[in-house]
Amino acid sequence: MTAVLDTEGLTKRYGRRSALSDCTLSIPSGHVVGLVGPNGAGKTTLLHLAVGLLQPTSGTIEVLGSRPAESPAQLGRVGFVAQETPTYEALSVADHLNFGAWLNPSFDAEMAGRRIDELGLDLRQKAGHLSGGQRAQLALTLAIAKRPELLILDEPVAGLDPLARRAFLQYLMESVAEHELSVILSSHLVADLERVCDYLVVLVASHVQVVGEVEGLLASHYRLSGPRRDPSSLPSSQEVIESSHTERQSTMLVRIESPILDPAWTVEEVSLEDLVLAYMGRASDAGRVQRRSGRAFR
Amino acid sequence: MIRFAWRQFRVQAAVAVGALLVIAVVLAITGPYLVSVYDASVATCRANRGSSATCMNGVANTYHFLQGALDALVLVVPALIGIFWGAPLVAREFEAGTFRLAWTQSVTRSRWLATKFGVIGLSSMAIAGLLSLMITWWNSPVDSVNANRFSPATFALRGLVPIGYAAFALAFGVTAGLLIRRTLPAMVATLVGFVFVRIGTTYWVRPHLFAPMHEASAITSSSVVGYGSTGTIFFGSGPSTVQLAAPNIPNAWIYSTQIVDGAGHVAGPQLVSSICPFLGHGGPGGRGGGAGHTEAPASAVQGLQECGARLGTKFHELLTYQPASRYWAFQWSELAIFLAVALIVFCYCVWRVRRRPA
Amino acid sequence: MNRGDVIEFHLDTRSGVSPYLQVVHQVRHALRLGLLLEGDQLPTVKEVVAHLAINPNTVLKAYKELEHAGLVAARPGIGTFVTKTLSDSSLAAHGPLRQELQRWLGKARRAGLDDESIEALFRDCFRSALDEGVA
Repeated sequence: MTAVLDTEGLTKRYGRRSALSDCTLSIPSGHVVGLVGPNGAGKTTLLHLAVGLLQPTSGTIEVLGSRPAESPAQLGRVGFVAQETPTYEALSVADHLNFGAWLNPSFDAEMAGRRIDELGLDLRQKAGHLSGGQRAQLALTLAIAKRPELLILDEPVAGLDPLARRAFLQYLMESVAEHELSVILSSHLVADLERVCDYLVVLVASHVQVVGEVEGLLASHYRLSGPRRDPSSLPSSQEVIESSHTERQSTMLVRIESPILDPAWTVEEVSLEDLVLAYMGRASDAGRVQRRSGRAFR
Repeated sequence: MIRFAWRQFRVQAAVAVGALLVIAVVLAITGPYLVSVYDASVATCRANRGSSATCMNGVANTYHFLQGALDALVLVVPALIGIFWGAPLVAREFEAGTFRLAWTQSVTRSRWLATKFGVIGLSSMAIAGLLSLMITWWNSPVDSVNANRFSPATFALRGLVPIGYAAFALAFGVTAGLLIRRTLPAMVATLVGFVFVRIGTTYWVRPHLFAPMHEASAITSSSVVGYGSTGTIFFGSGPSTVQLAAPNIPNAWIYSTQIVDGAGHVAGPQLVSSICPFLGHGGPGGRGGGAGHTEAPASAVQGLQECGARLGTKFHELLTYQPASRYWAFQWSELAIFLAVALIVFCYCVWRVRRRPA
Repeated sequence: MNRGDVIEFHLDTRSGVSPYLQVVHQVRHALRLGLLLEGDQLPTVKEVVAHLAINPNTVLKAYKELEHAGLVAARPGIGTFVTKTLSDSSLAAHGPLRQELQRWLGKARRAGLDDESIEALFRDCFRSALDEGVA
């Protein structure tokens, strides 16, 4: 199975600021991949690098086996919807369908037209007068009708009301089932992605924190609670991601390679949200330590 | 991609075509009358054998406002094309974020830009060409009376050169939009840049396209018609010196008329003052440059004639000019230059757009 | 609307049970209650995800597990069909069992037990019965 996205030491810098640092990923096809991280973590940078809107500062990136935006053929294999779904405000829905057809030889105009009908959009309506949810649906229709192998969506449901969000994800999943699409979608909220993603990439402060299939991640992370213990006293096969202590009790979120045998612990499963939050917390702690130690040297 | 480029350009094209139609109608209605005034003036002049300058004035005064408006239009249209069609072409897409939509379809950026640029570029040239054609046709009676089509003021407003200006202004605007990435600053940059280039070409390029011709003639008592300073609005007034009668070469481009001695040295204002010291004291002189005709009183006229006679003994008049026959050579040359530059700028843009921005 | 008229799935995001297990349970539940009969077609993966907005792999996994348990069979290109119900033998026993249970509940309430205690008591017995290998 080829990778849809393959990066090696991918870095993007603007002057002294690093938007993405040393990112090495190999995302297999056939998944709906969630790219999670707080605002400013580098999600949009990574996605823009993947569609050729940005050039890396160093490192390599390959999408579906080729360099991003290398040729019209490669451009045709990847569908993209940018943040805030840009559309041509002065052009109508019908104009946008024509846009898709004229600029993409593989465009399925009939499917797009059918979908617009199902959505109940007026073909003559100017895109600038559509609601946020309708614009998102239009942009998604255009991207899917292009018949890509990979669909990349940057924060597609941010700013949509719950009904619009549900409708968007329903259409997305239906298309994934029907066309066997691979999808990479980003969000700063785990809740948006939990339903639909079966593969996860957590990005915090320009670094990748954790990568893997959701099922595997949930099976390898647990919450341990018990009498107060020093995190470093745990065996090396148990990596502490997050820990908190009271006078008498310790609670830790650990990543394990083998089953937990110590009877002193109460073992609980964690939700995906807890898992992501734990990694985000660890990353921001590391950042704080780095900044503090940096200051000590002045 | 061509079809989409047209779709995006549709409204602007419609506005331009509409405006052209309106102008065409106005010119079609007023043109024949202007011709009839001209024919009538010619007949009157021949009958009266009056001085041609004043008896043909009727033509120049007919539709005086409209003449001015049309000239202003041809002057301004290339700049408008650059500002309103060129600058927003790429900058608008950056501002609205739609470049993220356009550059992730199955079309390379270079092809995207080249197509949009090409569609609008050819349209601009057609619009400018048609406008210039109509206005040149309509003005033919006026131009034959004024006989000044080679002068810097009118040369740019007739014939082929507006096509070149339009193409260049568009190219400049697109580049500004591409590099600056904001529509309003790009528009300002285009306006400033285009004006600078136009003025620069008029004064520093055009005069050197072909070597001018020279003609020497004797200075007689009737050669000197005034005394005062000359100057242009750009370079200010010069020192006072004698003004020679304007040579009668219709439709030629006069660079200068100078007083030179046998060896070819120009007689400066101080030398002239020493030969004609009686000028410039009390008597009225011609003031201001160019074609101002002030009728001096009899005493002053005698002084001017005396000066002319004195100068004529040692000096002659040297005329530097471009003959009227070279008019079209200049038109084609300037058109070619502007088109070539526009093409180079176009190629630069198509290459430059491939660089991934931040 | 679609052939999923036979059964429609719902998702409880707060139950802590993974989505694919919920689908499996809902199919088994329907089979047990006789809502799904032998030969009925389950909704297509596309229909399910279009309604629930969940990952298609989730539904595939659920259907695969049901197939593994011998309850359904996938016919490529056509759909997934029920091959065995769970209700045939036990459905008959449901009636009398339900009555006995209602009688017991009445007794427990008259003895003064509240809802939580009843549930705890039942769970405790159920679990120990499991351990003894009776259930």
